[in-house]
Amino acid sequence: MASHAHSSAHGDHGHHDHHEAHVNHGTFGSYMTGFVLSVILTAIPFWLVMGNVLDDRQVTAVLIMGLGLVQIVVHMIFFLHMDTKSEGGWNMMALLFTVVLVLIALSGSLWVMHNLNSYMMPMMTPEAAKQLP
Amino acid sequence: MASTMTVPQGGDAPVFYLKDEHPHPEGHSTPLGFWLYLMSDCLIFAILFATYAVLGTSYAGGPNPKELFDLELVAINTAMLLFSSITYGFAMLEMEKGNKGLMISWMIVTFFFGACFLGIEMYEFHHLILEGAGPGRSAFLSSFFTLVGTHGLHVTCGLVWMAVLMVQMNKHGITAANKRRMTTLSMFWHFLDVIWIGVFSFVYLMGVL
Repeated sequence: MASHAHSSAHGDHGHHDHHEAHVNHGTFGSYMTGFVLSVILTAIPFWLVMGNVLDDRQVTAVLIMGLGLVQIVVHMIFFLHMDTKSEGGWNMMALLFTVVLVLIALSGSLWVMHNLNSYMMPMMTPEAAKQLP
Repeated sequence: MASTMTVPQGGDAPVFYLKDEHPHPEGHSTPLGFWLYLMSDCLIFAILFATYAVLGTSYAGGPNPKELFDLELVAINTAMLLFSSITYGFAMLEMEKGNKGLMISWMIVTFFFGACFLGIEMYEFHHLILEGAGPGRSAFLSSFFTLVGTHGLHVTCGLVWMAVLMVQMNKHGITAANKRRMTTLSMFWHFLDVIWIGVFSFVYLMGVL
């Protein structure tokens, strides 16, 4: 059984309860690793924006989103204890399905609405908008 | 009596047996079920993020994120939520050790950080509305308040849950049911921190950039 195989990972503290055994609780070390990584991954994007470190906005934007994604993965592993074995793999399956749906929803919305905007009348400037009745 | 002694004729009598059956203790499916709930919650936030992505530049002649957002406040807020995540982790570790007192202490610390986060967010919202940048000002602000407000509402629910669980733990101790509740709240709480990563990266930092 997958749950028995996995329980050996933390079987050293005498966890023999059958249905508790497959739950990965994490350790002080794993929580601290996650915390330190999160602090670093949060501090860098804030520093990039608040300190105006890079001149190129495009590069900064890519860095912010990239570091955000890495931090999400760090949280998933160290705080939410995600792995491919928990609940016989169904946790990961549900997560992957959700990621696919999220990608479709985000990219689809942006694509369709951008397309729609480009067929509209020329963009109104903020100054013109203020003159509206 | 003889009628109950019917002997199946031939070898094709129905035989009932259970294959791979094992006992299902109460609550054994809760973690998976709760994970599925979190994933559906994730979809709600995905839609709100998508809405913000589409409407986030429609200022209707009103203020833009660069004029409105105070990054120092957001940084403090982010720190509060991150601290609450690690202190909740410590509460979980104490629960595993069976230390009720220390566990509840860490829960109180977590509650405090969560309440600080919520307080700062309320202050920010109040400030924005006073400046005339309320949710009715522009599509950008409508989507901003909906997205960040929904996250704040989740944090509020998490705090209520945590308060109730502290009372339960105090009264009944670290029972199997309370352990399960504690584990599910752990998932909920860390999940909210994951959503907040998206909020501060995509809404605040990208907005001010």
